[in-house]
Amino acid sequence: MPDQDTLQDLVGREHAATGSDYSAGFVTDIEADTLPPGLDESVVRAISTKKEEPAWMTEWRLDAFRRWQEMHAPRWAHVRFPDIDFQAISYFSAPKGDAPKSLDEVDPELLRTYEKLGIPLHERARLAGVREEDMPEVAVDAVFDSVSVATTFKDRLADAGVVFCSMSEAIREHPELVRKYLGSVVPKPDNFYAALNSAVFSDGSFVYVPKHTRCPMELSTYFRINAENTGQFERTLIIADEGAYVSYLEGCTAPMRDENQLHAAVVELVALDDAEIKYSTVQNWYPGDDEGNGGIYNFVTKRGACLGERSKISWTQVETGSAITWKYPSVVLRGADSVGEFYSVALTRNFQQADTGTKMTHIGPRTKSTIISKGISAGRSQNSYRGRVRMNPGAKGARNYTQCDSLLIGEQCGAHTFPYIESKLPSAMVEHEATTSKVSDEQLFLCQQRGIDPEKAVSMIVNGFCRDVFRTLPMEFAVEAAKLLEVSLEGAVG
Amino acid sequence: MSLLRVDELRVDVDDKTILNGLSLAVDAGEVHAVMGPNGSGKSTFANVLAGRPGYDVTGGTIAMDGADITELAPEERSHRGLFLAFQYPVEIPGVSNMEFLKAAVDAQARIRGEDEPSAPEFIGRARDAASRLDLDVDFLKRGVNDGFSGGEKKRNEILQMLLLEPRLAVLDETDSGLDIDALQVVAAGINAFRDEGNAVVLVTHYQRLLNYVVPDRVHVLTGGRIVRSGDRSLALELEEKGYGWLDA
Repeated sequence: MPDQDTLQDLVGREHAATGSDYSAGFVTDIEADTLPPGLDESVVRAISTKKEEPAWMTEWRLDAFRRWQEMHAPRWAHVRFPDIDFQAISYFSAPKGDAPKSLDEVDPELLRTYEKLGIPLHERARLAGVREEDMPEVAVDAVFDSVSVATTFKDRLADAGVVFCSMSEAIREHPELVRKYLGSVVPKPDNFYAALNSAVFSDGSFVYVPKHTRCPMELSTYFRINAENTGQFERTLIIADEGAYVSYLEGCTAPMRDENQLHAAVVELVALDDAEIKYSTVQNWYPGDDEGNGGIYNFVTKRGACLGERSKISWTQVETGSAITWKYPSVVLRGADSVGEFYSVALTRNFQQADTGTKMTHIGPRTKSTIISKGISAGRSQNSYRGRVRMNPGAKGARNYTQCDSLLIGEQCGAHTFPYIESKLPSAMVEHEATTSKVSDEQLFLCQQRGIDPEKAVSMIVNGFCRDVFRTLPMEFAVEAAKLLEVSLEGAVG
Repeated sequence: MSLLRVDELRVDVDDKTILNGLSLAVDAGEVHAVMGPNGSGKSTFANVLAGRPGYDVTGGTIAMDGADITELAPEERSHRGLFLAFQYPVEIPGVSNMEFLKAAVDAQARIRGEDEPSAPEFIGRARDAASRLDLDVDFLKRGVNDGFSGGEKKRNEILQMLLLEPRLAVLDETDSGLDIDALQVVAAGINAFRDEGNAVVLVTHYQRLLNYVVPDRVHVLTGGRIVRSGDRSLALELEEKGYGWLDA
């Protein structure tokens, strides 16, 4: 196997010298331009002004803000946390100075931060001693707090007609696409956090793959929260035109802080006729310490629309971080014969709480969806799968298959499954299978008897449990995901 | 110095005494059979040698090559070359047999300060061993013991033994549940394994395996201790007269 330091830490995994196993927990000392905490219309306007947005965008935000003010935070998820004081959060923080025009202009301190995290923000071969052709190339958009600081390989992508840039740039350069699709999949008032995001989102990635184009490389965005008391509200929009294909990866980390920090992103995917979007996430936000202090609240709305016939959207997520995860990457299957997939591994330990799953909404005929969810709970954590499969009356011949497995490590954790099936179509086929198992003493002893130490054994057993999901990840990401699980499981035994 | 030396071993399970002063010495190059009726403590003995949790050693010692291993963790005993073929091998879904075997062999190599075998080299070795045991190549790709028949599970234990090359192999009722063809394949595997540098302890209820794997010594375990030892003829005598004969 080649040296795997490559994407070594799209997910931030090196051990920090402090003895903590969250290696991405350092703080970058950089001068920032930060709005004071608090939220009202003037803050929304200020964000829009800072980003030099056109008037239509400002109005769009203000409309979202007004709607948000009339909404209430949802309470139905199986997670517990104190009410968030939205006036105590700062809604914008960006490294000081003018936006860099090219990679050469990026602040060296920022480049060092990403280097430390293992994210390649340069376009040369990333590893000495490895032939360039052996390395899959990945274009990266790096989002630091509220702004995109660098996007690599833009020229190469432009040659293929692919647009890959920050959302701010897209609003300026591709307003027709943004106006058409922004909010089309996740409407502004969709839910409390989506409305908030629509009002104050700062940056994120924008992708447009033109007709009949296969994106020549993997695209990825790496999200980093750095500033204190700051929320991160990024917005991602990916459009695959007719017959286009794109694979997109997302990674995230944050420093270790004692306070909870809010991350409320919105991701929208649009697939037209015969288009395919594969969206993979390795989420490693700071989960809080082993007594449950600090950590990210990850309240994210991700949804894809299979608008076109025979289009396909596939979500794969590996969730190991965050104090609380609340997210349901979903697919609206509108086009005839379109396909939605959701593959998820969610690992919780210590005091982490996860309420995650998916919604598959079948509208078009012969639409098909597959849900494979693997939840692993350790420590005192609570891990819930929540999924909804809906068959609308027009979805003739639609099919869903759901498999939902839970694995428990230890005695004090919890695993929960909340499947909702709504079928308005008697002929639709909906299958649901669920299992709950434990890492057994017998399995551990077998591994130990063969010379494998118990922690390695648990991670091997857990990896085996997750196999169906890992095989859907791009290869180098799958390796990282397996390693991340290994690190996350340290100390879970005993 | 004996490869394995057990002295006055006492073991409780759930506050009930199962082994009550068991002593046994096995030298390198030897095969010993430990026989006994159901409930005599045979499987307890095999599991205690390997350090399985849940067995409370209340007295006595277990030593390998003169070093006391009574308190060692299971993986540390494994690193010293102790191997247990399980009576009821457990399943690990999703972890391929090949991956599991490689992890085990790598762990052993690391402890000995040797290089881990390369993937192609290891795959070659695993395929050879599998074919010796009449196992299909696909067998290596399947999850550990996942959906294996009883006979396949037992052959898989022998496969692991051949690849790990332990100093001391403890086989816990490896012959039970095997038809005659599978029994011969397993016996051939054990015979191929034996050499001057290692030792085998066969824990068994029946003597039929001993027709194919000829032991140097036979011990009879009843009431938690060895009550009689002899050569191969003791096994044949047991088969003829039954374990009840010993009580007479």
